Amino acid sequence: MSNASELKKFNKKTRIMTFLVENLFMVCAFVSVLAVAIITFFIFYSGLPGMIEIGIFDFIFGTDWSPVYADGGFGILPMILGSIYATAGAIIIGVPVGLFTAVMLSRIAPKWLSRIMRPAIELLAGIPSVVYGFFGLMVIVPFVQKFFSLPMGQSLFSAILILSLMILPTVITISITSINSVPREYTEASLALGATKIETIFKVEIPAAKSGILSGVILGIGRAIGETMAVIMVAGNSPYMPTGLFSSFRTLTGNIAIEMGYASGLHRSALFATGVILFVFIMILNLVLMAITRKGGAVRE
Amino acid sequence: MNRKNKSYDLIMKALIWIFSAVTLVFFLLVTGFIIIKGAPQISWSFLTDIYKVTADKHGILPMMVNTVYLILITLLISVPVGIFAAIYLVEYAKPGKIVSVIRFTTETLAGIPSIVYGLFGLIFFVSFLKLDWSILSGALTLSIMVLPVIIRTTEESLKTVPREYKEGSLALGATRLRTIFKIILPNAISGILAAVILSIGRIVGETAALLFTSGIVPKIAQSIFNSGRTMSLHLYLLVTEGISTDEAYGTAFVLLVIVIVINRLSAYLAGRLRKRLQGGSAE
Amino acid sequence: MIKVRTKDLNLHYGDHHALKDISMDIEENKVTALIGPSGCGKSTFLKSLNRMNDLIPICRIEGLVTLDGVDIYKDVNVVELRKKIGMVFQKPNPFPMSIYDNITYGPKTHGIRKKSMLDEIVERSLRDAVLWDEVKDRLRKSALSLSGGQQQRLCIARTLSVEPEVMLMDEPTSALDPISTLKIEDLISELKKNYTIIIVTHNMQQAGRISDNTAFFLLGEVIEFGETENIFNVPTDKRTEDYITGRFG
Repeated sequence: MSNASELKKFNKKTRIMTFLVENLFMVCAFVSVLAVAIITFFIFYSGLPGMIEIGIFDFIFGTDWSPVYADGGFGILPMILGSIYATAGAIIIGVPVGLFTAVMLSRIAPKWLSRIMRPAIELLAGIPSVVYGFFGLMVIVPFVQKFFSLPMGQSLFSAILILSLMILPTVITISITSINSVPREYTEASLALGATKIETIFKVEIPAAKSGILSGVILGIGRAIGETMAVIMVAGNSPYMPTGLFSSFRTLTGNIAIEMGYASGLHRSALFATGVILFVFIMILNLVLMAITRKGGAVRE
Repeated sequence: MNRKNKSYDLIMKALIWIFSAVTLVFFLLVTGFIIIKGAPQISWSFLTDIYKVTADKHGILPMMVNTVYLILITLLISVPVGIFAAIYLVEYAKPGKIVSVIRFTTETLAGIPSIVYGLFGLIFFVSFLKLDWSILSGALTLSIMVLPVIIRTTEESLKTVPREYKEGSLALGATRLRTIFKIILPNAISGILAAVILSIGRIVGETAALLFTSGIVPKIAQSIFNSGRTMSLHLYLLVTEGISTDEAYGTAFVLLVIVIVINRLSAYLAGRLRKRLQGGSAE
Repeated sequence: MIKVRTKDLNLHYGDHHALKDISMDIEENKVTALIGPSGCGKSTFLKSLNRMNDLIPICRIEGLVTLDGVDIYKDVNVVELRKKIGMVFQKPNPFPMSIYDNITYGPKTHGIRKKSMLDEIVERSLRDAVLWDEVKDRLRKSALSLSGGQQQRLCIARTLSVEPEVMLMDEPTSALDPISTLKIEDLISELKKNYTIIIVTHNMQQAGRISDNTAFFLLGEVIEFGETENIFNVPTDKRTEDYITGRFG
C-alpha cells in the first residue's frame, strides 16, 4: 500500500485550471464594483465642469432654462420641481391604492380572485414604459383635456396618473410580501383580544410590516424619478416653472432625453450635469433604502 | 364602542374594495386598449415587411430582428458574468467588507435610471471606446443594467441547492469546482433561466438607455457594430415624431404580446422551481 | 495493524475548543464505534479524518492525523485522501440523478471513462452494498425514488465505488426504520472484512452489536477507548459507566 506516494500526487494542470477559473469568478463579482466606479467617474467628469461653468447655484436654483438662445439660462429648477411634483403625486395616489390592493390580495381576496389578480399585477410590472406612455397619450391625455376643459391634456396631472399606475406593481408586490411576513402570532394575539380582522390588518399587521412597505415606497420613488419615456409623452414638456396641476411641465429625465439629440457645447454639458443631479439623488435614495432595510429586516423585491 | 368599530370596519373594507377595483380597472384599461386597437393593425405585411417609408413599406421586421439581436448579445455578455459573480458570492466569498461592497454596488446599479445609463453608454461606449452607435454599445450598456437581476436571482437559486449534495460530492473526492459545475449549477438551472427571462423582459422594454447607444436606424443591423432600432424605440419614435398612430398601436400590441409570453414563461419556470423544492424529484 | 492514528489532535471552531488532545489508534479491518452524548465532538472528529472540516473557515486543527503513517494535513492532495477515506452521512444524500449516475459520479471524478469499466463498478458496488438485486432492473431511475433504507445503501455503494480503504459513517442508521437499520448493520459486519470502518452512533446497542473497538467521547475528550467488550462490561472510568448504564446522555 504505497499510500504516501498516492496521497501526495498533485496534478499540475488541474491546479492551474482551478486557479484560473476560481479567480475568474472573483473578477466577475468585482465587475459591478468596476461598473459603478466607471459610471460615477464618467458622469461626473462630463457633468461637473458644465455645472461649475454655469455656477452650481444658478444651475440648481435658476428658473430660466433656455440654452438655445444667445445668452439663455441653464437653470434646471423647473425640471427639479417637475420631477418632485410628479413623483410626489404618483406616491400620493399610488401608495394608498397599492397598499390597499396588497391588503386585498394578501388578506381578503378569495382564492379565485387572487388567482386572477396576481398574474395581472405581474403583467403590469413587465409592460414597457413606452407602452404606458403611449397609453397615457391616447387615453389619459384626451380624457383629462375633455374632463377638465383644458386647451391641452398634457399636464402634470396626466403624468401623475400614469406614474402612479406604473409604480403600482412595485408597491403592491413588496407590500404583499411584507404583510405576509408578519408573524402569525401578532395576528392571532390581536384577534384573540377581540379586534376585528380589519382592525388587526390596519392596527397590527401593517405597522409590523412598516419597514418592508416603506422600502417598497422608496423603490417606487426611485422608479418614478427615473421614468423618462412615459412622462415625456404626457407631460407637455414646456421648460417653465410648473404653475399648477394642469400646467405643462418637464422632468429632469425628460429634459435629457428631449434635448440630448441636438445639444452641443455647454448645452450638452448642462444635460450631463442634469444626469449628475439625478445620479446623486438616486444614490441618496439608495442609502435611505439601505438604512431602512438594515433597521427593520425588511423584504426586498 | 361597537358602533365606532363597525363604521371603521365598513369604511376600510370599502376602501380596500374600491382601491383594488381601481387597480383592476387600470390593468384592464391598459391591456384592453392596446389589444383592441392594436390587434387590427397586425397583418402579414406589418410583421414581415422592412421599414422604408419612401417605398411605402411600414413593416416592423427590422425592429424585431434588431431586438432579438440585442437580446442575444446582451445575454451573451451579462449571463456568464452574472452567474460567475453569483458563484463567487455564494461559494467562495467570506462574509465581510468585500462582500458588503459588492452587494452595495450591485444594488446601486439596479437603481440607476435608464436615462443615466443612456448618458453613460453615450460617453463611454459610443464616444470613449469609439464603438459608435451600435448594437454592441447598446448591449454593453444593457448588460450592466441587467447584471444585478441576474446576480441576485442566480444567487438565490444557488442557495436553494441542498448542502447535502455538496457534502456528498466533496466526500467522494470531487474538487470544489467540479462540485459547482456538476452538482450545484445543474440544480440551479431553473432559477438561472428565470433570471434570463426577466432580463429579456427588461431588454425588450428598454428605450431611454438605447436612444443614445444603439441608435435609431430602422434597418436590420448587419453586424454588432451597426446601429439598429429596436421595437420599443420604434414605438417611441412613431409617437414623438407623429408618424403613424396605427403603426404605433400595432407595435404596442406586439410588445404587449411579447411581455405576456415572457410573463407566462417565467411563471411556469417559477412553478417548476417550487415543485422541485417541495418534491425533490430528479427531472 | 494501525490504519488511522491521531495524536494530540486539538480542534477549535473559532473560540470553541471542540476536540481536546485526542490520541487514538484505529485498527485496520475492524469496526471502531464512537459513542457519547450529543455535541461532544464525535462527528467533528470523524470529519477531521477526511478533512471535511476544511470546508469550515473558522475551524483550526493542531496535532497529528495519519493514514498508514502519512500526515494527512501536510502536503497531501485532499482529492486523493477522500478517495481513500469515504464518508456516509446521517441523512441519506443521493444526488438528484439516476442510480447509475450516482454510483459513477465518484469513478468519473477520478478519471474512469470507459463504459464497460463503469458498468462493472456499478454492479460491484451495488452488490457489495447488498442493493444490486433490488435495483438492477431500474438503474436509470431516479435515486430519489428509492426508500430511505435503500437510499442509504446506495450512498454506501457510492462510497464503495471509488474503492476506499477506510469508511467513515456518521450515524448512518439514525434516520432509518429498524429493518433497514438491521440490514445496514449486517452490511457493516460484512464490509469490515475489506475495509476499516469508523462509525458514530447514538445507539449503544448498535455499538455493542457491530463494533470491535469503542471510544467514549465526552465534551470533546476521549474518556475511554478500548475493546468494545471491555468498555461495555468493565469500564474503567465512572463517567463511561454512567453513560452506558443510561444515567445521562
